[in-house]
Amino acid sequence: MTERTQKQKPAPEKSAEVEEVAPVAGKQGEKIKADLDDLLDEIDSVLEDNAEEFVKSYVQKGGQ
Amino acid sequence: MALPKVVGIETEYGIVVRGVADANPITSSSLLVNAYLGQYTDKIAWDFEDETPGIDARGYRAFDAMPPEVESHLANAVLTNGARFYVDHAHPEISTPECRDVLEAVVFDRAGEEIMRQAMAAANAALPNGEVVVYKNNSDGKGNSYGCHENYLLARELPFGRLVSQITPHFVTRQLICGAGKVGCESPGVSAKQVPYQLSQRADFFEEEVGLETTVKRPIVNTRDEPHCDSQKYRRLHVIVGDANMAEVSTFLKLGTTSILLAMIEDDELGDDLSLHDPVCDIRAVSFDPTLRALVTLKDRRKMTGLEMQWELLRRARVYQETHGLECLGDESIGKLVLERWQEALTGLEGDRFTVSHMIDWVAKERVLHAFQERHDIGWNDAKMRVLDLQYHDVRPERSVSARAGLERLTSDEDVDRAVHFPPLTTRAYFRGRCLDKFADDIVTANWDSLVFDTGHNSLRRVPMMEPLRGTEAHVGRLIDESDTANELLRKLGA
Repeated sequence: MTERTQKQKPAPEKSAEVEEVAPVAGKQGEKIKADLDDLLDEIDSVLEDNAEEFVKSYVQKGGQ
Repeated sequence: MALPKVVGIETEYGIVVRGVADANPITSSSLLVNAYLGQYTDKIAWDFEDETPGIDARGYRAFDAMPPEVESHLANAVLTNGARFYVDHAHPEISTPECRDVLEAVVFDRAGEEIMRQAMAAANAALPNGEVVVYKNNSDGKGNSYGCHENYLLARELPFGRLVSQITPHFVTRQLICGAGKVGCESPGVSAKQVPYQLSQRADFFEEEVGLETTVKRPIVNTRDEPHCDSQKYRRLHVIVGDANMAEVSTFLKLGTTSILLAMIEDDELGDDLSLHDPVCDIRAVSFDPTLRALVTLKDRRKMTGLEMQWELLRRARVYQETHGLECLGDESIGKLVLERWQEALTGLEGDRFTVSHMIDWVAKERVLHAFQERHDIGWNDAKMRVLDLQYHDVRPERSVSARAGLERLTSDEDVDRAVHFPPLTTRAYFRGRCLDKFADDIVTANWDSLVFDTGHNSLRRVPMMEPLRGTEAHVGRLIDESDTANELLRKLGA
């Protein structure tokens, strides 16, 4: 399993856009941004490798 | 007065075997079910080479085929919590037991996920290579869909035509509060470029307003009339138009709002004036527009947004609560909570929807997708977007995206763990589950509406359970406790 380098990447210039997604003023906005950063760090670490192949191989028979 | 809204959920899970090319989904689904059952019996064996394992479910808490489309040779079992765990159309499926209220149904829906996790662990311990993984979603992104169905107890005398026209506006617009979200689009002739992200997993697959089908030409209102209880008195409304939810609040709202509106229709308090002109067209339009500006058209050609429709339904539900009460949903706190959370969801959606990302799946998923896109500077067509979508529904804690998305819990781990093994106390599922737990060796078949015992007599003995609210702990708890054998229990029941 390859660790992703992006995991370490700080996201300095992101705050304005994050604010736009979740426009919460002041400290709470900071907290949401920090929460999202933590979430993204985690997601980077759990995301399946080889996205193309993974998506291609997910084929189901139709059900109800 | 509206009948008590006994509810249940059936969920077909997506299934893959990682590391094994072209694994047969029926075989892997059977493996999953039998591996789970094998944890609780000491005699289980299966043939990995066999694509249609001839495993007789009777060896493990037997259960014969119920719905006509079920093939009886496929793994098929009833669990001690009153649920059914089986293989249906190449998917592993769990039907929760009958629940007396929607909060209880949320608990049993979560217990279904836990059962799947345990089944995966047991199956993978037995597999020489590869890993069985299930996904609680409704589409493979390639035009194949599988369902998450709800069931509601209704009065037989309710005219079906009224039901269809009056519940459809909710079925078309409730995706706002319980859509599971999907990257891309599978509607014929619509590209993922036009619809990069939509509210619902399932909206792409509905082609009819009303009908009997469930696997092709799916209808918004399904007419399957298979009450699994006294057909003179009851109907079971089989709802196939919903998404499988990861957010507990979404499941709660899906079941709760629908229960209230069905009760209103039974009491003829909802009204005909919201009926839609072209619901099949509208259900897609609403799903395709996360900005929530899409309009639905009423029969009288008035137009309103999905959100306006939901507000109007909520307003009428509040009036109904005042005039009729919501006892049909169980404890009065349940109905009250449904209305409160419904209002909270709509208020959030109307303003900044990310304020309700802890409640609603499609918003929670969208938030993660947006943030991920920004961090990695990728577009909607990047394969990682689809991977994130899939992994949102991965039930393995180590891979699940939804488990990391900040979703609010309504259940506790203790409640869910208990619900894996023990049935609800206040429906007939109690009798089913307790009997299977205590007298499994004497039960030949179990069904939604009967148990068949073989206690060594010349003939089998069938105990019908035609009343969903009989066979509860209050009715039979002591009888079961005090019976050492099935014979004794049957004698006491007067069977």
